[in-house]
Amino acid sequence: MKLPAFDYAAPATVAEAVRLLGSRPGAKALAGGQSLIPTLAFRLAAPPLLVDLRKINELRHIAFDANAVRLGARVRWRDIEDDGQLGAAHPLLVAAVGHVAHYQIRNRGTIGGSLAHADPAAELPGIAVTCDATIAITARKGERTIAAADFFTGALSTVLADDELITELRLPAWPRARRWAFEEFARRRGDFALAGVALFYDLDAQGYVRNAHIGVIGACHRPHRVPQAEAALNGRRCDAATIGTAAKALQTALEPPSDLHASAAYRRALAGTLLERALAATL
Amino acid sequence: MKVSFELNGRPVQAELEPRMTLADCIRHELRQTGTHVGCEHGVCGACTVIVDGAAVRSCLMLAVQAEGASVTTVEGLSDAEKLSPLQAAFRKHHALQCGFCTPGMLTTAHALLTEEPQADKARIREVLSGNLCRCTGYIAIVDAVYEARAAYQK
Repeated sequence: MKLPAFDYAAPATVAEAVRLLGSRPGAKALAGGQSLIPTLAFRLAAPPLLVDLRKINELRHIAFDANAVRLGARVRWRDIEDDGQLGAAHPLLVAAVGHVAHYQIRNRGTIGGSLAHADPAAELPGIAVTCDATIAITARKGERTIAAADFFTGALSTVLADDELITELRLPAWPRARRWAFEEFARRRGDFALAGVALFYDLDAQGYVRNAHIGVIGACHRPHRVPQAEAALNGRRCDAATIGTAAKALQTALEPPSDLHASAAYRRALAGTLLERALAATL
Repeated sequence: MKVSFELNGRPVQAELEPRMTLADCIRHELRQTGTHVGCEHGVCGACTVIVDGAAVRSCLMLAVQAEGASVTTVEGLSDAEKLSPLQAAFRKHHALQCGFCTPGMLTTAHALLTEEPQADKARIREVLSGNLCRCTGYIAIVDAVYEARAAYQK
């Protein structure tokens, strides 16, 4: 369908953007538009005002410091793909982003848009939650940060208020020796995954798993870590027996949705298989 | 709202509502109907155009977002008389049947080969996975794009 009517503004600063967002209840920020425009085309949303972020250059940074990898909200999938340092600085992020959508969408879709849209099958929210990332938000009354785990409240739902703008995603710095893997299954390349698993862990001097982080997308109502599966790994060697135990723990813990794409039982079984594959890939 | 941008090398202007997509602006306001609109929600790739060098879906971009940009549609890939090497390769390989998806295939492949003239068949397939064709089965399309690489070598 054609899009519903809305007013449009393209401010040059974050301050002006949040002022505009606060000026009309239901106003929405527009970045790449690769989720928002289809939502409008389906008439699932009819915001009175779109605040286009295209002139706000301060949100396009990819920066590294001792504690974090920092991505501006307007960083596109394409920018992550093309960045020379991210492959070493955060290999799990780069691997997961490799599964996002198609060529044309990757040229416009942004990380801020993906976080705000909060599709439970989207890769970036899953990485943010798995990695204990922090999301920086600016509102008229000031800035705040929120843990990714507290940001997503359900399918397409977040704690973001109408007059708030996501400005940055901060992923904790990544030790070079860390083991990691990302696995997802979609019926066609670039489609949303029926299920996906992101994970990392560190090994101690004796070769035992420490600090296991396992996150799920697709087979869930919002991306989340799975402490039961992490507990099955921590303090053990990552061998075939441990992998089997972790996969069972994951399957027991999940409460996947059923829809026309896949049943809950299928998604649960798939997530277990993906976890087995992911852990095997870390060996 | 008034929007000004460059379309296939010529400056253009239109007066339109903010809700108008770039695809509809190009077709209805600027009367360049080579760009096809299939699904209107970013799935089929038929409406792909090139904005400042990057292939994008013109149904997922507002026309007002193209302010100041350089936009290339299928009409801009060759002059009126002669097929471009990419278009000639499509013809040689019979890489179309009904032709509805072809403008999006050509703009996508042109953007790809301009950036990556060494793209192998796996990369070509990956990139074209964002463009649906319900007639040909893709084999001829991939062959045509692969053969056209020669014309893009720097």
